[in-house]
Amino acid sequence: MRYMDGRRGGRDKRVIPGFGLCMGGTLLFLSLFIFIPLASVMVYTLKLTPREFLSVLTAPNVIHAARTSVLCSLFAALINTIFGLILSWVLVRYEFPGKRIMDGIIELPFALPTAVAGITLSKLYSDTGILGRILALFGIRVAYTKWGITIALIFIGIPFAVRAIQPVLEQLDPQYEEAACILGAGSFYRFRKVILPELFPAMLTGFGLAFARGIGEYGSVIYISGNHAREQTQVISYVIMQKLNYADYKGAAAIALMMLLLSFVLLFLVNLLQMFQTKRTSP
Amino acid sequence: MKKKSELFLIGISVLFLFVMLVLPLISVMVHSLRGGLCFYVQSLSTSTVRSAFRITILATVLSVMVNTFFGIIAAWGITRFSFRGKQILSALIDLPFSISPVIAGLSFLMTFGRLGWAGKWIRTLNHALGTNIRIVYAVPGVVLATIFVTVPFVAREIIPVLTGRGKEEEEAAALMGAGGILIFRKITFPHIRFALLYGIILCSARALGEFGAVYALSKTRGETFTLPLEIDALYLSNSSDSITAAFAVSSILVLLAILVLFLKNWVEYKKGINKSNGFN
Repeated sequence: MRYMDGRRGGRDKRVIPGFGLCMGGTLLFLSLFIFIPLASVMVYTLKLTPREFLSVLTAPNVIHAARTSVLCSLFAALINTIFGLILSWVLVRYEFPGKRIMDGIIELPFALPTAVAGITLSKLYSDTGILGRILALFGIRVAYTKWGITIALIFIGIPFAVRAIQPVLEQLDPQYEEAACILGAGSFYRFRKVILPELFPAMLTGFGLAFARGIGEYGSVIYISGNHAREQTQVISYVIMQKLNYADYKGAAAIALMMLLLSFVLLFLVNLLQMFQTKRTSP
Repeated sequence: MKKKSELFLIGISVLFLFVMLVLPLISVMVHSLRGGLCFYVQSLSTSTVRSAFRITILATVLSVMVNTFFGIIAAWGITRFSFRGKQILSALIDLPFSISPVIAGLSFLMTFGRLGWAGKWIRTLNHALGTNIRIVYAVPGVVLATIFVTVPFVAREIIPVLTGRGKEEEEAAALMGAGGILIFRKITFPHIRFALLYGIILCSARALGEFGAVYALSKTRGETFTLPLEIDALYLSNSSDSITAAFAVSSILVLLAILVLFLKNWVEYKKGINKSNGFN
């Protein structure tokens, strides 16, 4: 019988029934809905000759879009990490009225459909919108520029950063801080030398998640960005969608493949970080 | 009295959240009512909006059902057994989070589309049986895309709860002769009730609002459009009336989003679920 063959002490015996069924079901499901479609993209790119593949990826609008996506996502992820730190700090360490609401509203960008976020942000920051008018007084144009893309990506990324940092800050053992305090360390010094190193992996995780989300974001970005090739306000997902609409499937597949590779690398790095994090925090 | 730095940080946080999150919400509401209450009701009851509403509900219900079933099976498999590659499998479940929704849509297009390999099979099948099965640019494609982007939600809410509890109780029950279904119903399910509910809430929120993936697979307004696509169509037709209508439809989704947040916090409060397992 299967559950009797407990080879070597390390592997435990399967007493609970249903291993085959669960694994089979899970793998079948993942294959049907995720792996096979993604594999189709890879198969599709095999139809391209290396020369075609390169010519798609080196087209000026693709390079510009990739650069815009990466730069805006990086900048937005950076802002999100900074505000994520501040917000988590405020939510964990301070008590004030309205804290529960503040904590609850953090996830709004997840719950709000991206298209809705996109059209409101674009209205708010346009020349006639409330924020757009205020910023216009200082000569800053946000809507239809790269700043617009960045604003949309900040909006989308807030929860990733906060929810990566907040739980780690909550579990931080206060005795190190107390020790540092007794030894005479000032509050800023304490933060920099005791707390920040502990939070750093979590901040990096939040940064990575926000960046990964930002790179692929479509719905919230396309309304506020100008989607103009010459002004370089197209994002990479927009270029893929444009190619799909013109039935240029080969071009779309080539760009998609590169983005998939990037996603895999980012996912791998974030998982590595999280493993590192659990090893650190678990006793 | 509070310290100055504390007040400063709270102030910054409140300001940031107000400008970035609250103001857009208020703005949707204000814009949606710009044409008066009568226009608001009118723009919600056009035939395209009603059709979009139906498709959205259909896609959401189906993807929640499929993902609940899958989520339970996957979580049970990952947490109740030890096997090689467990880490990889649980990372793969999270894969749709880090993939652009546009690519999700594109991947179905390249599988079932005109030039995709499965597309040819479907054409042959249609010829042979005289049926008219369509996946891409039809409702099945919309449902598939919605399922793709919502795969991780239920599974990753249950997995931490089951991992944290260990598998001793199930093992004891199995040794005493209980079958799989009985063990799940009597032992596992009572513990994961709230996590499951939480996962379903998050899954429905995402399914209701999916845009990029569905956009690649749905082209006919009034037939295969979901609410976000309808909003897009209204907004881009660029007359001030239709923009107001776009905001009117958006306001429904905003209300749903607020409801989702409320439910989510209520479940969290009830069960004290770890926040790190939120949407991301």
